[in-house]
Amino acid sequence: MSEMSKIVRTISSISFPLIIIYGLYIISHGHLTPGGGFQGGAVVASGCAMILVAYGSIWTIGKMKEKNLSLLESIGAICFILLAIFGLGFGAVFFNNFLVGSDFLFGTIPSAGSTIANINTGGVIPLMNFAVGIKVIAGLFAIVLVMAHASSTREGKK
Amino acid sequence: MNIIDFLLQHSPALIVAIPLLGAFLTPLISRINNKARNIFVILILGLTTSIVFLLANDVFAGNIHTYVFGSQDLALPIVRILFEVDAMSAFMAIIGSILALVAVIYSWAFIKENTGLDKFYTLILLTTAGMFGMVLTGDMFNLFVFLEITSIASCALIAFWTNKGKSVEAGFKYIVISSIGALFLLFAIALLYGQYNALNIATLANAIQFSFLDKIALVLLIAAFAMKAGIVPMHMWLPDAYSKAPASVTIVLVGATQASLYGVFRVCFTLYGNTINLSPASIGWIIVLLGLITMLLGVAMALIQSDFKRLIAFSAVAEIGFMFLGIGAGLTVLGNAEMMAAIGIPAMSGGVFHIMNDALDIGLLFLVAGAIYYATRETSLDKLGGLARNMKYTTVFFIIGLFAVSGIPPMNGFASKLLIYESTFQLNPILSIVAILSSIMLLAVFVKVFHSVFLGPSLPKFKEVKEVPKSMLIAMGIIASIIIVFGLFPELIINNIVEPAVSALVNYGDYIREVIPTFTGGI
Repeated sequence: MSEMSKIVRTISSISFPLIIIYGLYIISHGHLTPGGGFQGGAVVASGCAMILVAYGSIWTIGKMKEKNLSLLESIGAICFILLAIFGLGFGAVFFNNFLVGSDFLFGTIPSAGSTIANINTGGVIPLMNFAVGIKVIAGLFAIVLVMAHASSTREGKK
Repeated sequence: MNIIDFLLQHSPALIVAIPLLGAFLTPLISRINNKARNIFVILILGLTTSIVFLLANDVFAGNIHTYVFGSQDLALPIVRILFEVDAMSAFMAIIGSILALVAVIYSWAFIKENTGLDKFYTLILLTTAGMFGMVLTGDMFNLFVFLEITSIASCALIAFWTNKGKSVEAGFKYIVISSIGALFLLFAIALLYGQYNALNIATLANAIQFSFLDKIALVLLIAAFAMKAGIVPMHMWLPDAYSKAPASVTIVLVGATQASLYGVFRVCFTLYGNTINLSPASIGWIIVLLGLITMLLGVAMALIQSDFKRLIAFSAVAEIGFMFLGIGAGLTVLGNAEMMAAIGIPAMSGGVFHIMNDALDIGLLFLVAGAIYYATRETSLDKLGGLARNMKYTTVFFIIGLFAVSGIPPMNGFASKLLIYESTFQLNPILSIVAILSSIMLLAVFVKVFHSVFLGPSLPKFKEVKEVPKSMLIAMGIIASIIIVFGLFPELIINNIVEPAVSALVNYGDYIREVIPTFTGGI
C-alpha cells in the first residue's frame, strides 16, 4: 500500500491525536459510560489504521513492527488474567474485585442513589478495561498492518 | 489452609486460568528460545493435568464442586458466573487433559521445522482452555463462549499448514459449521432465557416446563452439539479437518469434539432431565438412530478411502456413533427403574467408557499416521509399504491401536463395546447386530491399512526411512500404555471413574440441588 496525497496525510495527522484521545477516554471511562476496553481499543486501532492508509504500509511498518504489537497484545491478555488471579491471593475467589473499598487505586465506593460519576471507583474493572484496551489496540492494528503489508508485497511482485 | 486444599477449592477456575495464562505467556517465553518455550508449555499442561486429577479424585468421591467467580461467598449464584463440576465433567476433563499433554509432547519433534510455532502453542493452549471451560461450566451462556473460543482457536490450528490449500479449505469448512452450530446454540439459549430469566443450567433445569419453545430449543441444542461432534449427516467437516490438520492438532481436536458430545449429554440428562421423562423414548430413539447411521456410514466411508489420515477420520466418525448408541439406549429407558438397572446403566457405562476409549484409540492411530507422515512425507496407502522393517516401535503402537479400535481383547475398546452390545441386545437385537457389524468392518479397514503400510516388500524409496524421534515415541507410548492398562483392568476403571460419571448423568437431581437446595425431583 503506497502513501496517499499530502492533503490526506495532513488531515489524518491533525485528526489522529483527537481520535486517540477519544478512544482512550472511552477505555478509561468504561466503568461509568457506555463502552469499555474493547470499544475504545477499536477506536484507537481505527485511528492507527487511518495513519496506515494515509502514509502507506512501508512507512508504518518502519515505525511499528508487527512483532512488537504481538508482544503488546500478549501483555494486555496477561495483565487481565493476572488481575483475575490476584483476586485469589486475598483469601477470596478468582476474579474477586479486591481493590474495592481499599482506598487505593479506583477503590472508592460511590454513595447509593443518583450521584455525579466518579472515575475513582470500580476497583479492578477499570484496570481490566485498560488491559483489554491494550490487547484490542495491538491485536486489531496488527491484523490491519499485516494485511496491508501482505497486499503491498504482492503488488511489488507484479 | 494448606496448598492442596487451596488448589482443590479453586481448581475449577485454575484449570481454565492456567492454560489461558500460559497461552499468552508463550509468545514472550519463545523470545528466549524454542526449547524453553516447549518445556514451558509442557509444564503448564502438566500442572493443569495434575490439578484436573486432584479435582477428579475429590469429585469421584461424591462431592460436587461449585465455584462462583468474583464473589466472596456463594450468595446469588443465579446471576453470577458459576462453574459446577460433577463426575461427568471431571471425566471429560481427564480426557481433555491427557490428550492435550500428549499433543504437546508429540509436537516437540513433529512440528519443529515449521515457522510460527509460538502462535501454534498459544492456540493449542487456548483450545485446551476452551475445552476445559466447556466441560466445567455450569452456565449456558458460558458454554457458548467457551465453544466459540474452542472453535476459533482450533480453526486456526486446522489451517496451520497454510502452504497447503486443502488445509485452508478444511479450516474454512470447520469455521462455517462451527459458526452455524454456535448460532443454533445461542438461539436456543435465547429461547430458554426469554422464558425462564436464567442462564444457569441448574436453575433452568429446575424451572423448565417442556413447553413448545423448550422443544424447539432442545432440537437446536442437540443439532448444534451434534454438528460440532461430527454426527452423520453433519459430519462432512470432520474428515477434512482431522486429516488435513497436523497430527498433534488432530488429537486436541478429538478432545474438542468429545467436549461437544458432553454438551449433548448435559443437555439431555441434566437440563431437560426433569422433563425428558415426558417423552424419553422418542428422544432416546432419535439419538440411537443417529448413532446407528453414524456408525454405518462412518465405516462404509472408511472402507473406500485410500488416504491414511482420512481413513482414520472416517473411523473416528463411526466411533462417535457407538457413544451415541450407548447413551441413547440409556435415554430410552430413563425413568423406568427396572429397565434402567438392566439395560440403561450398562449401556450408558459402555457409552461413557467408550468416550475415553475412542479418544485414546483414535488419538493413538492419528499419532501413528502423523509419525508415518513425518518419516515418509506420504499419507497415501497406495504408495506406502514395508515400513515395519524401518519403524518397529511405530508398528507395535499401530497394532495396539488397531486392536483397541476394533474392540479385540485385551485392549480397552473390547470392554466398552461388549457393554454396549450386551445391553442394546436386550433393548433391540438389531442395534447390537449393527454395532457388531460396524466393529468387524472397522477391523477389516485397519487390517487393510496394516497390510498396505507396514507389511509387504521394502520399497526402495523408503530405504532411508528411520524411526521417529523420541518425543513422538514417548507421546505414543503414553497413550498405548494407558490403552493396555484400561484393557487389562476394565473393572477398575468402570467402578472408579465410569460408574460415578454415569450416575452423575442419571441422578441429575444432585447436580440441580447443589445450586437449588429445594429441588425435589430426580431421585
